[in-house]
Amino acid sequence: MRATPQSSKSQTTLEGDGTSKVLIDCKIDNLYYGKFLAVRDSHIPIEKGHITAFIGPSGCGKSTALRCLNRMNDLVRGFRFEGHVHFRGQDIYASNVDPVVVRRYIGMVFQQPNPFAMSIFHNVAFGLRLNRYQGNVAERVELALHSAALWDEVKDKLKQSGLSLSGGQQQRLCIARAIATEPEVLLMDEPCSALDPIATRRIEELMQELKQKYTIAVVTHNLQQAMRVADKTAFMYVDTSRGGRTGYLVEYGDTKALFENPTQEYTRQYIRGEFS
Amino acid sequence: MRQVGIPLVAQDINQLQLKRSLSDRRTLISTLLSIGTGMATVLACVPLFSVLLMLLWRGGKKLSWALFVDLPPTAFEDGGGFGNAIVGTMVMVGIAAALSVPFGVLAAVFLAEFAPESRTAAAVRFCAKILTGLPSILAGVFAYAAVVLLTGTYSAPAGGIALALLMLPTVMLTAEEAMKMVPTRMKEAAIGMGCTRSQMVWRVVLPTALPGMLTGVMLAVARASGETAPLLFTALFSNFWIVQDGSLAVMAPTASLAVLIYNFSGMPFENQIEMAWAAALILVLLVLAINILGQLLSRRRV
Repeated sequence: MRATPQSSKSQTTLEGDGTSKVLIDCKIDNLYYGKFLAVRDSHIPIEKGHITAFIGPSGCGKSTALRCLNRMNDLVRGFRFEGHVHFRGQDIYASNVDPVVVRRYIGMVFQQPNPFAMSIFHNVAFGLRLNRYQGNVAERVELALHSAALWDEVKDKLKQSGLSLSGGQQQRLCIARAIATEPEVLLMDEPCSALDPIATRRIEELMQELKQKYTIAVVTHNLQQAMRVADKTAFMYVDTSRGGRTGYLVEYGDTKALFENPTQEYTRQYIRGEFS
Repeated sequence: MRQVGIPLVAQDINQLQLKRSLSDRRTLISTLLSIGTGMATVLACVPLFSVLLMLLWRGGKKLSWALFVDLPPTAFEDGGGFGNAIVGTMVMVGIAAALSVPFGVLAAVFLAEFAPESRTAAAVRFCAKILTGLPSILAGVFAYAAVVLLTGTYSAPAGGIALALLMLPTVMLTAEEAMKMVPTRMKEAAIGMGCTRSQMVWRVVLPTALPGMLTGVMLAVARASGETAPLLFTALFSNFWIVQDGSLAVMAPTASLAVLIYNFSGMPFENQIEMAWAAALILVLLVLAINILGQLLSRRRV
């Protein structure tokens, strides 16, 4: 299972009618943390080469849904999942699937920039070393830093600690780290919420460039951000009717259509800012 | 709750009073408390510095190269040194560290990363906390029963094992704390990159926690080097070098600084008493040197 993520990239599974290229088909029937039903009835397809945004109020389960896509929720105690997540046709929740391998194909960028306490170079080289990359590591590190639009700022201080960078640079370093191994999918959990507007802008521009090569799913609190970057948008909302706070998918569609012409009343209200 | 009629601050601009005044109750209490903490700090330093000054004054005048290379003087002898005791202390603390650090750190990995909530972990933690308060003489008695009686001789390994027993809980608990201090988001990043749990520990948690763990090891080493009681039953003392006639006399009574201080300070002979002072100073300097070395080693290389 040591294959590097790009080794089998050529084959693509087409689902549905064949015109939409669904790379990850995520169908959450019920998702529990202990006895607490966190997310229900959410079917969110992630299309290849597109940016899919997850929007919705706090506590609606959008981060939880995102973290299903590479089994990061496995780390939470009491986590239980009913449904399926098909990645290129294979259910990543099947009992014989190793979540560690899944995460090498589906990378992640977190809300808080979280570089390791090591040099900039070693941060980016981390995944390559992990996968025992046989080629020229320095070359791949430079490439990844170029792709993350960070190379010019750090090329003279690759030996400095990754923690010495500014918040926005740290986040781009984390993106470089995630893409150095060329995963197929990049999950981004509110990647800009800890950043200032200028750094946010840079990350957004970067996402547009990255989607040429990677499929991206992004959670965001910021509706404008979803409108600016996303091709598809999933709007989730909280259902309090059964006593708990259970998130569910209200509407999914093309970003433009969803924002200009929502089919659901909740979506229309949320976009207008009538509740938060 | 704000009482009606009495304004919280003066509304009239002419009454505006911004100067510090001790007649205000809050200012007074704050000032008194500040003075109190300052005085407590000074008081706490008094015994600390008097011990150090005393050591420098009484032990400093004996300081010479001979101390490091000569053997301890007999009753009426002048001069001499305690080179064998310095070597003995370093050997025994070395044995103790070699035993307690790997076990302590690996146990801490289990406690902090693999099963922090398990019953085993709770039991181990509880025992370790009790062990930190273990009277050191009991560690000596244990090693006496477990090693000295078994091997039939007082020896450096017996002393090392007694000291290891004292170091183990400190190393383990501080290493666990250091690993818990590694931010969760860093661990998440490692998992997100496709690390297994042991890769996460090995590549991210341990390197990040290294400075904190070294602090714990240093504390334990400092404590162990000064312990006398556990060595009395285990290593005893020796007036000879640990290397005799070109061969290593491991399974034989071994000298240590702490026991030398204990022995000589009770002697009626001026030269031996002065030796005890000098040995105390050297012991403190040794611990200081080990500490500085540890700090240098743990300094972040990036």
